[in-house]
Amino acid sequence: MIREIVVISGKGGTGKTSIAAAFASLMENGVLCDADVDAANLHLLLKPKVLESHPFMGGGIAEIRNEDCVACGVCLEVCKFDAISEDYHVDPIGCEGCGVCVDMCPQEAIDFPTQQCGEWFHSETRFGPMIHAGLGIAEENSGKLVSLVRQQGRDLAEAEGRNLLLTDGPPGVGCPVIAAVGGASALVIVVEPTVSGLHDMQRVAQLGQHFGVPGLVAVNKFDLNVEMTEKIEAWAVEQSLGLVGRIPFDSSFVKAMVAAENIIEFAPESDAAKAVREIWKKVMASKALNNMGIADLR
Amino acid sequence: MIISIASGKGGTGKTTVAANLALSLQDSGLVKDFNMLDCDVEEPNLHLFLDPGEVTETEITTFVPVIDQEKCTGCRKCVDICRFSALTFVRDTVLVFPALCHSCGGCQLVCEFGAIGDDSRKIGVVESGMVNGHAIHSGRIRIGEAMSPPLIKAVRRHEKEAALTLIDAPPGTSCPVIAAMRGADFVLLVTEPTPFGLHDLQLAVEAVKVLDIPAGLVINRADLGDSTVQEYAESEGLEILMQIPFDRSFAEAYSRGESIVNVSPEWREKFQGLYTRIAEIVEAKA
Repeated sequence: MIREIVVISGKGGTGKTSIAAAFASLMENGVLCDADVDAANLHLLLKPKVLESHPFMGGGIAEIRNEDCVACGVCLEVCKFDAISEDYHVDPIGCEGCGVCVDMCPQEAIDFPTQQCGEWFHSETRFGPMIHAGLGIAEENSGKLVSLVRQQGRDLAEAEGRNLLLTDGPPGVGCPVIAAVGGASALVIVVEPTVSGLHDMQRVAQLGQHFGVPGLVAVNKFDLNVEMTEKIEAWAVEQSLGLVGRIPFDSSFVKAMVAAENIIEFAPESDAAKAVREIWKKVMASKALNNMGIADLR
Repeated sequence: MIISIASGKGGTGKTTVAANLALSLQDSGLVKDFNMLDCDVEEPNLHLFLDPGEVTETEITTFVPVIDQEKCTGCRKCVDICRFSALTFVRDTVLVFPALCHSCGGCQLVCEFGAIGDDSRKIGVVESGMVNGHAIHSGRIRIGEAMSPPLIKAVRRHEKEAALTLIDAPPGTSCPVIAAMRGADFVLLVTEPTPFGLHDLQLAVEAVKVLDIPAGLVINRADLGDSTVQEYAESEGLEILMQIPFDRSFAEAYSRGESIVNVSPEWREKFQGLYTRIAEIVEAKA
């Protein structure tokens, strides 16, 4: 059975990607997925060599053929998104892609071409294969692209006999996060010990509970506010979330990023790297990932 | 004037800048009145740093169809027009999947039998309160809800209520960010000088170009990382309006919900200067 660990945080910038990249060093026989398709960063540390790239097609966008338009006003009236101007041009950013104007136009003067709204890639990294993607600027359908990335990751794992997916998730609790969380084996929730870190982690943990996915909490930069770290851990325990460890604040994370390495490669003997290794062990031994409690289960 | 504070990458300091700007503008005599909108509706944080006290909640809903099975003849026209698969036909019955509905109203338009009525789906709430006489409105999406743009639009209905509106935008570059930046007079981009910060800043700059809005940059934790963000800003002609150094006391204050101007009052003047410069740029453009 293929298991999947999704690294999320709620709040952005807590260290999700730096920690996911470090996990990549420790993972055995897995596939990496970057599900933050909106602002993907994992490739900056893992420098993947792209083997295949594929277009990602979204829905249609309305386009009025002005030579056939008789300015009857029907499209203006039916568009709920105010995406059509008084002189009958569709604002592609405002258009929701519902196609109602297309169907209601008495002149059949509105086209509905399918848009390419991104790309996805099958790549090779020094830690194993990786599926990643880029969504076009100002595009919709990020949730669909996230689902596609995870499915491709799963298919690849199956085809190559790999048993683990390690997915770097997006921030927030909305559309792409919902698409990243459903069906995962466990969430590693990376939290920073701040009022906003706690607030945002509570919301994303609720989302995990909503979808029935177990959550494991790791506090990053814990020493910035130990009292807050304790508060976060107490809340996590109360909610039956697992605690997998604390990582100290270490500017080596930034230096490693500049060097395009992860913390395990850049500063293997640092306290931060040791903490990440301990966390990975606890994640792999957690009930969420193997209900028999055998850490080395293959 | 509407200033939207955005970043591409999360956690670079959008909310920090928004909160410090607000705290520096109050009682400054620089603006007559201003309000604050938290459009990061998935993870609203601004209230944690500005403490609005008692808030009133307004529930925001969106249209979803409800089928009157008595009137439905099973013609399937509603199912055919729905591009979002929110309606399906199973055993002579139309089923509605409210979570997939984009509220376009197409199904109601095509139904000839008046069999589709109005129902609603709760997207979230807008929490409204006051901070030292200035209104703050924060969107908060319901956990499990995927569509944030209608809620962001609901928060932004308050932007006409003051001479200046500060918008705290969500991270990323897709539809929620666009919803929080469109129609703004200025986009204040906040980044950190790291490879991740640079990469996502470049995406955010592309989004700002698509919308054709003037923009400027704040570099946070300016002394951690490398100089590539500065070099990129120069090559893009993106004005660096402020650089905030990494200071452990700022980070610790932030962790407690305090702002830079609380621990270092001399920053108040710098944030006032930031606002004055933005106002000049906006005026020059108009």
